[in-house]
Amino acid sequence: MNQLANFTKGFIRENPVFALFLGLCPTLGVTTTAINGMGMGLATTFVLLMANIVVALIKDFIPDKVRIPSFIVIIASFVTIVELTMQAYLPSLFDALGLFIPLIVVNCLVLGRAEAFASKNNLLSSAIDGLGMGLGFTFALTLLGAVREILGSGSIFGLKFIEGDGILIFVLSPGAFIALGYLIMIMNKFKKKEA
Amino acid sequence: MSKKESNLKNMLLALFAITLIASASLGGIYQLTKEPIEAARLEKKNNAIRQVIPEFENTPTAETYKKAVDGDTLYFYPGRKDGELVGTAVESFSNQGFSGEIRIMVGILPGGIIDDVAVLYHEETPGLGDKMQRNKSDWGMQFQDVDPESFDLQVKKDGGDVDAITAATISSRAFCDAVKRAYEAYVNIENK
Repeated sequence: MNQLANFTKGFIRENPVFALFLGLCPTLGVTTTAINGMGMGLATTFVLLMANIVVALIKDFIPDKVRIPSFIVIIASFVTIVELTMQAYLPSLFDALGLFIPLIVVNCLVLGRAEAFASKNNLLSSAIDGLGMGLGFTFALTLLGAVREILGSGSIFGLKFIEGDGILIFVLSPGAFIALGYLIMIMNKFKKKEA
Repeated sequence: MSKKESNLKNMLLALFAITLIASASLGGIYQLTKEPIEAARLEKKNNAIRQVIPEFENTPTAETYKKAVDGDTLYFYPGRKDGELVGTAVESFSNQGFSGEIRIMVGILPGGIIDDVAVLYHEETPGLGDKMQRNKSDWGMQFQDVDPESFDLQVKKDGGDVDAITAATISSRAFCDAVKRAYEAYVNIENK
């Protein structure tokens, strides 16, 4: 497969959030600000990349019947590594993302790529797939976080540009659904033009 | 190389090897990050203490004493300068928040006046209850320099003197609850 296409597919055509609809729980949960979305996206990218690499390396040693538990153990290990490292060196980001970091384990995006891609492809393709998908996920979360932050808090990446509160509902859960819905609509329009 | 057959031996071996490597590497990472995590926690606590009591020279976290109240523990951090007590930072909590626990630091001067308050941990609604954080709004300023003997630590809706955060009365109530708990425990200890 063309490696460039393999890398870029995660951004629009097979974007985890806008096209595959994977990992929507953290997507809706953490994107109250652009910076939170970005942090969550990058943490997921790291896990996705490392899990894909390891799965691609050891796929031949794992008997088929125990592949899912093996993948879960590998993913959970990398998530814990991210959690501990973030707690140690980025405590404020850890406070903001809190509960959602351990939940990367059950993000179906990570397991989905390990199962559907890394266990069938070689090391290089899997690493590129993991990186592309992860950055696509980061892009989606940052975009959604930015939209919600601009509308809800009147700021972007923490920089306030209007006084007061903005439209509060966009910071709350219903706003996540509304913003995501409209973003998907815009993305679909893009894709139609491309095809 | 062909896939390993799914017989009992292969499955056991594969899972054993994977879990072994995983637990070994996690153990290593845990050891590496243990100290920085502790340091980050302590730093956060120290920042809060510095914010709520006047300048001190000792290490309040080294002179901690605690008191069990309402099923949890209050921690007291006395700040001293030239051997004199300048204020005590009390780490207090409330379980009546809109979405669970709230932990705050309350600075109390030796005369029983509240110097300042700082939020350590909360899960209140962003945009509403999180205005209790000083970097989100000035709401917490009304607790500066108040004497709880004359200033009733309840929201106005409940007959007290505290202006509640707009649309977040429950969060404000919980905050008052935590401040009050800290003050009452402090007075209790002082009068013994």
